[in-house]
Amino acid sequence: MSDPVVDNAVPSGNSSVAIPTDISGQILDLDEDDDLEVFSKGTTLTEGSSFNASMQTSPASMINQYKFEEEEGDADTKDIFVTVDNPESFVTAIETYVTYRVMTKTTRSEFDASEFEVRRRYQDFLWLKGRLEEAHPTLIVHPLPEKFVMKGMVERFNEDFIETRRKALHRFLNRIAEHPIFSSTDDFKIFLTAESGELTSHKKQGPSFLSRMGETVKAVAASVRGVRNRPEEFTDMQEYVEAFTQKIGSLDKVSQRIVREKKEHLEELKECVPIYTLWSQSEEELAEPLKSMADCLDSCCKETEEQVKEHNDLLIPALHEYVLCTETLKAVLRRRDNIQADFEAKTEALAMKKADKDAESKVLSLAWDSLVGRSPEEVKQQRQQKLKGEIKEMRDELDKMEDRLEWANNALKSDWTRWQKVMRTDLRSAFVDTAERNVNYYEKCLAVWESFLHSQRTEAEGNGKVDCS
Amino acid sequence: MADSGSEEIAVIGNTDLTPSESENNLKNTMVEKGTNLLKRMEINVAEAEKRTGKNAVNMQETYTVYLIETRPVDAASEGTNPVPDSLWRRYSEFELLRNYLLVAYPFVVVPPLPEKRAEFVWHKLTADNMDPDFVERRRVGLENFLLRVASHQVLSNDKIFYSFLTEENGWKETVFETGFQAKADSRLKALNATFRVKNPDKRFADMKHYGDELQSVISQLLRVRARAADRLYGVYKVHGNYGRVFSEWSAIEKEMGDGLQSAGHHMDAYAASVDDILEEEEHYADQLKEYLFYADAVRAVCRKHELTQFELEMAAQDLTSKKQQREELATGTVRTFSLKGMTSKLFGQETPEQREAKLKMLETQIEEGEELVKERNTECDEYVKSAWVDIERFKEQKDHDLREALISYAIMQISMCKKGIQVWNNAKECFSKM
Repeated sequence: MSDPVVDNAVPSGNSSVAIPTDISGQILDLDEDDDLEVFSKGTTLTEGSSFNASMQTSPASMINQYKFEEEEGDADTKDIFVTVDNPESFVTAIETYVTYRVMTKTTRSEFDASEFEVRRRYQDFLWLKGRLEEAHPTLIVHPLPEKFVMKGMVERFNEDFIETRRKALHRFLNRIAEHPIFSSTDDFKIFLTAESGELTSHKKQGPSFLSRMGETVKAVAASVRGVRNRPEEFTDMQEYVEAFTQKIGSLDKVSQRIVREKKEHLEELKECVPIYTLWSQSEEELAEPLKSMADCLDSCCKETEEQVKEHNDLLIPALHEYVLCTETLKAVLRRRDNIQADFEAKTEALAMKKADKDAESKVLSLAWDSLVGRSPEEVKQQRQQKLKGEIKEMRDELDKMEDRLEWANNALKSDWTRWQKVMRTDLRSAFVDTAERNVNYYEKCLAVWESFLHSQRTEAEGNGKVDCS
Repeated sequence: MADSGSEEIAVIGNTDLTPSESENNLKNTMVEKGTNLLKRMEINVAEAEKRTGKNAVNMQETYTVYLIETRPVDAASEGTNPVPDSLWRRYSEFELLRNYLLVAYPFVVVPPLPEKRAEFVWHKLTADNMDPDFVERRRVGLENFLLRVASHQVLSNDKIFYSFLTEENGWKETVFETGFQAKADSRLKALNATFRVKNPDKRFADMKHYGDELQSVISQLLRVRARAADRLYGVYKVHGNYGRVFSEWSAIEKEMGDGLQSAGHHMDAYAASVDDILEEEEHYADQLKEYLFYADAVRAVCRKHELTQFELEMAAQDLTSKKQQREELATGTVRTFSLKGMTSKLFGQETPEQREAKLKMLETQIEEGEELVKERNTECDEYVKSAWVDIERFKEQKDHDLREALISYAIMQISMCKKGIQVWNNAKECFSKM
């Protein structure tokens, strides 16, 4: 009997999951075997292309529905706007923390209203990120700002720190909102709309701490196992991520160093100003140009200060986010590997079980059974049935895993392309902005010095002292 | 005032700049051409060379010599362009010349030499006297010194200066023969005068104070500037790292590669541009340094005034006391408390003959004293007159030169800004192609 579901389950041409040929043969064999329970996946497949948020944990529902490129959000089609602002300190008897206002405006039908305003703290953002990662282990979640600041003793309630964090949280939510899959998740919706009490109780519904522990242990075990037949494109991705990590790390460091040097240069420049002013006080003819000089230097100092601030506010955080991204990318590749490793392990186990079954059918263990009083044929039949049952279970599980793997691979591939586009846009605009600000800075300083020159020359002309060229 | 009686020292003439001479001021901000020597002769310090030789304690040493070229002005303007006369001098000979001028013309604010050792350096420059950049800047400074001396109304006529430029051998001996070293005022004498003078000319006192302030302010400025140069160097050079990383990054990207690669080149160019910028800034620092050392020369002139004034006051005081003694002796009264008065009270008065002899001696001394006071008074007046003229000349020169220095600093900054605009506009274009 032909089973369309099974056909679909066979890796199609575009999948690059390599499955050893002997096993694939056995999978096809299933046709002649038992009554395969028809999964819900058959029904889900026909349900249409809209993403059902509640099915997020069923990978099977995502197969063949994964069409990222077509969902790419243009600015015109953006139907949800999220902002993070208005940080406030929240004081209780036990602790003090900062909450941020999260405002949402949307025309999406899944939302009950078109505008929402809630307050969230950093922990809430962490929770959301965790949930999204759990549900979609091979999708790339934009990084959150770090929990602690490693360098220097920065107060958690320091204004600059809070502002930097707020901006990063804003970017985080916007990236989620722009992501075709993440933005339609339940968790995201609840995050944006639920009152604090609601959110707390929803949080508790998630997988328990213990089960999450179990996942982590499994993941660690899997990572130790390693993957045997990683498709080349994922190896390429890995190599790229390693190289990219290095480069972005260097850029981050270089940029920070530039800011540091500029700050120190600024300090020295600032010291010049009072010296020129002091000097002008001992002079007569020179008093005016010297004072003018002091003023020019002062203006340049102000411009430098602003330039440094802009670097700090724009370029540094942008680069830093992509440094954090590399961790996410590595984790995603690792998780994909784990899924494949799991699948490979299970595939091996199934093969062994089948081998057992075949071996069994050839062995007649007469001795014990005759003692017990059962006929050898009976015993053999019993055992065969048992093994058949076990094999069927394993095969079902293996099918699920294969689906999961294929889905994970496709998800990663699409999201990878998406991520690269976003990265390119982000970094390009960060650098273009920086270059523009530098041009601005030099233009302003140029104006300062040109006006100084002009005033000196016109004055000198007036006094008949200097012939101008 | 140093009075060697030698005819080699020029007579102090009318040192006011005539209107025509002012008009002759060249674009070369450092030099006034309307004076004697430079009218006749072109001077430049063309080259520098390393030499080794035995020094005073018979040890091998390496030193640098500078080639001084001179050429009559008329010949050059006729278009024949003859080979210039030239000779080699080392730094210590320049120092000797200047020390001579200081003693011979104490009322002149003598132009300073470039620094003996490199100071106010920022890390890229070494303090090594043999460093080619240092030698080059010193060459320029020495030329500047010669031009300033040659354009000075008084100094340019000095024979020793002339032979410094024209006679390679035996010049040193000639200088020593003037005996100028013996005539130099001792440091102690000068210091003593500074503390004890009662009525220095207020203008000189103010000028000395100004010299102190100028020195202090310029030293501070040079120190801060050196540190700022260090930092600026750092800022630019670190951008070179961008160039390297962009280049490496472009290798792993497909679409972004080209934009990154070309942006990287611009970052390299930006990093390299700082060398020229700082070299130009060094020139500004050199201009400031010259006036730092000029401040010292100004103070020296003021100190000399204090000395002459002090010596006048001393002579006058001496005269007064001698006159007083005469009066006491003549009238027999002891007006002031004195040892003489005491002893005469205790031991009785002297004989008329003794008194006569004493009176006669005092008269002579008073006569001499009056001569001395008159002399010193004249000296002092003349010194004040001629020194003040040179100080006025110096002030005008300083105002002009420093204003020009500020203007050229502004021009430098403008050039730096323009370069920056260009580089970052180019980089921006490359980035937008990323």
